[in-house]
Amino acid sequence: MTDMQTAEMADNNSPSTESTLSEISAGDGPPKMTTRNVNVFYGEKQAIKDVSIDVNMDNVTAFIGPSGCGKSTFLRCLNRMNDTIPIAKVTGDITLEGEDIYAPQMDVVQLRARVGMVFQKPNPFPKSIYDNIAYGPKIHGLATGKEELDQIVENSLQRAGLWGEVKDRLQDSGTALSGGQQQRLCIARAIAVDPEVILMDEPCSALDPIATAKIEELIHEIRGKYAIVIVTHNMQQAARVSQRTAFFHLGTLVEYGVTSDIFTNPVQDKTRDYITGRYG
Amino acid sequence: MTGSILFLLIVILGALAWFFGKAKAASFASSADSRSLVHSRPNYHGWYVALWAIVPATVFLIVWNLVTPGLVTETALSSPAAQQLPQDAFTRGSILSEARAIAQGQQDQAFNPLSETMVEPYRAAISWYQTLGMVAALLLVFACGVFSWLRLKPELRARTKIERVTMITLLLASLIATITTVGIFVSLIFESVRFFSMVSPLDFLFGTEWNPKAVAGPRGETGFGAIPLFWGTVFIGAIIAMIVAIPLGLMSAIYLTQYAPANFRQWMKPILEILAGVPTVVYGYFAALTVAPALRDFAVSIGISGASSESALAAGVVMGIMIIPFVSSMADDSIAAVPSAMRDGSLAMGATKSETIKKVLIPAALPGVVGGVLLAVSRAIGETMIVVMAAGLAANMTANPFSSVTTVTTQIVKLLTGDQEFDSPKTLAAFALGLVLFIVTLLLNLIALRVVKKYREAYE
Repeated sequence: MTDMQTAEMADNNSPSTESTLSEISAGDGPPKMTTRNVNVFYGEKQAIKDVSIDVNMDNVTAFIGPSGCGKSTFLRCLNRMNDTIPIAKVTGDITLEGEDIYAPQMDVVQLRARVGMVFQKPNPFPKSIYDNIAYGPKIHGLATGKEELDQIVENSLQRAGLWGEVKDRLQDSGTALSGGQQQRLCIARAIAVDPEVILMDEPCSALDPIATAKIEELIHEIRGKYAIVIVTHNMQQAARVSQRTAFFHLGTLVEYGVTSDIFTNPVQDKTRDYITGRYG
Repeated sequence: MTGSILFLLIVILGALAWFFGKAKAASFASSADSRSLVHSRPNYHGWYVALWAIVPATVFLIVWNLVTPGLVTETALSSPAAQQLPQDAFTRGSILSEARAIAQGQQDQAFNPLSETMVEPYRAAISWYQTLGMVAALLLVFACGVFSWLRLKPELRARTKIERVTMITLLLASLIATITTVGIFVSLIFESVRFFSMVSPLDFLFGTEWNPKAVAGPRGETGFGAIPLFWGTVFIGAIIAMIVAIPLGLMSAIYLTQYAPANFRQWMKPILEILAGVPTVVYGYFAALTVAPALRDFAVSIGISGASSESALAAGVVMGIMIIPFVSSMADDSIAAVPSAMRDGSLAMGATKSETIKKVLIPAALPGVVGGVLLAVSRAIGETMIVVMAAGLAANMTANPFSSVTTVTTQIVKLLTGDQEFDSPKTLAAFALGLVLFIVTLLLNLIALRVVKKYREAYE
């Protein structure tokens, strides 16, 4: 296919998508990830309907919405973690740096190295703290020697703000840390493979307020180095950490925009009702 | 009247007691003013009376049957006919037991004519004690039944009492297996002590020549050195069988939990579990008739001399195959018990499926897998039929898998089959071997259960 044809096709599509582009655009600069008309089916049941969102490098993007609205499902499309669920089927276009991540030639292993993920419940491996961090770099051959690996481990832990707390006990089991420390260990683990995007699926829902504050601080610090997408139940958290917010309801994207606008002056009534606590 | 009719009668009386108890309870439950005061439903009152009627009488009958044989003999001996019995204890005993057998109708004719004279006193004594026991039991049924029936009151806590009886019954049921095991252990120890009073435990445990003789040889050697048997057992059960079972079982578990499509797993898992229920004799045929000759021919063709048609390899390999479902099912359970968050975490790092399995799932499931393997070993070393049929009886100390070896269980079978006297060391050696086997498998199971338990705690 020639460039001209591609451009033509883009032109043909533009009338239908132009109106939505203002809603789905992520802000300044080219988007890191784009999604267009994404549908997700679990067997017969449709979990996501026609969602289009852009994710930008400079911003933290928050997905909010009531339980079961599909925000976690959508997040798991972005690094193809839905592939692990046999009955899940994804349609539509999702790109990373312009590459279609569901294209047959896309290697899912490389994709996940570029799009890291932090889960709802801290899930350190039952290995030492050091081995937890070194796991990814070893798999992907990022370090050529022991010293380089040590350096990666130290850097990652430092970025995750955990270095000071664990530097003297790197050989202790990762599961022996507190919940908040475990979650920061998981973030450090994700950072260690040097991803471009980090997906966080309710990273603080299993943590106490102090540990939550630390994670939020950490998100502020690493913002800009990675495109960050965070799913959260906690609207204050979305307001605190994100620059863009998407509100999901029953599998559809209701509204997407600048966080301050969503929280102070939402366009949709549904969004206003949810933000003001009328349901959800 | 025989015991079974008596027992039937007691049960019928118990049923009657149930009806009477229930009827009385129903009568005070139906009167409106007392309804709020009735503690238990009529059914419980019925059971209360029925149990009172049946249980004491049954217990009495059991005790009575244990006690009467002695009393019968005593009574028979006090009869005038007993005066002419010889004083020699052995003849006296044989005459008495013969007379008893005739009196109970188990034997028609006496071998010793003196026994005939004792039959009549015996018969009289037996029927006297039988009648006595029967009357006493029936009296007990009536007495206890009426006593408990009179005690029925609206406020009687019959429900609580029945609950307690249920609990005690269940407790007894659960104790029987345990008590039996303890009993087996004690009897093994008892016989083993007799054996070790004839053969030194050191010779038995550390001797290297197994060739049991009833009488010691010229230099005092008895041929009770069990090391070749222990070696054979370990060689077949813990080495060859495990070399087959561990990799195959583990790999099949990994395939079934991680790769197999859901419908394949749905079929395959039950089939594997059914394989675990195939009688070991069937595996034994397979080992002896198919595998062993094939292995011998193979060994001969690659130039191994002295290959036997009964080989450690044949028994070990078939035993390993028999154990595969066992290992696979334990490994399957412990891999499936690793939280899926671990797997997702690893996949989300960009690890491949096999990297995830190798580096995260297997290490996390290892304690459970090790526990399963230990249980499998303890099963393999206690296994008898396959080795009896395929491994032979020659107690060789050899590491050559193509030669014939023997195991502890095989030798126990050999020592105890056929006509044996139970006071020769040759027969008693079987109990000593059994004791060693019992202790080893018990220890293996204990360790395995501890390992598995420790691992379970890690994820709760």
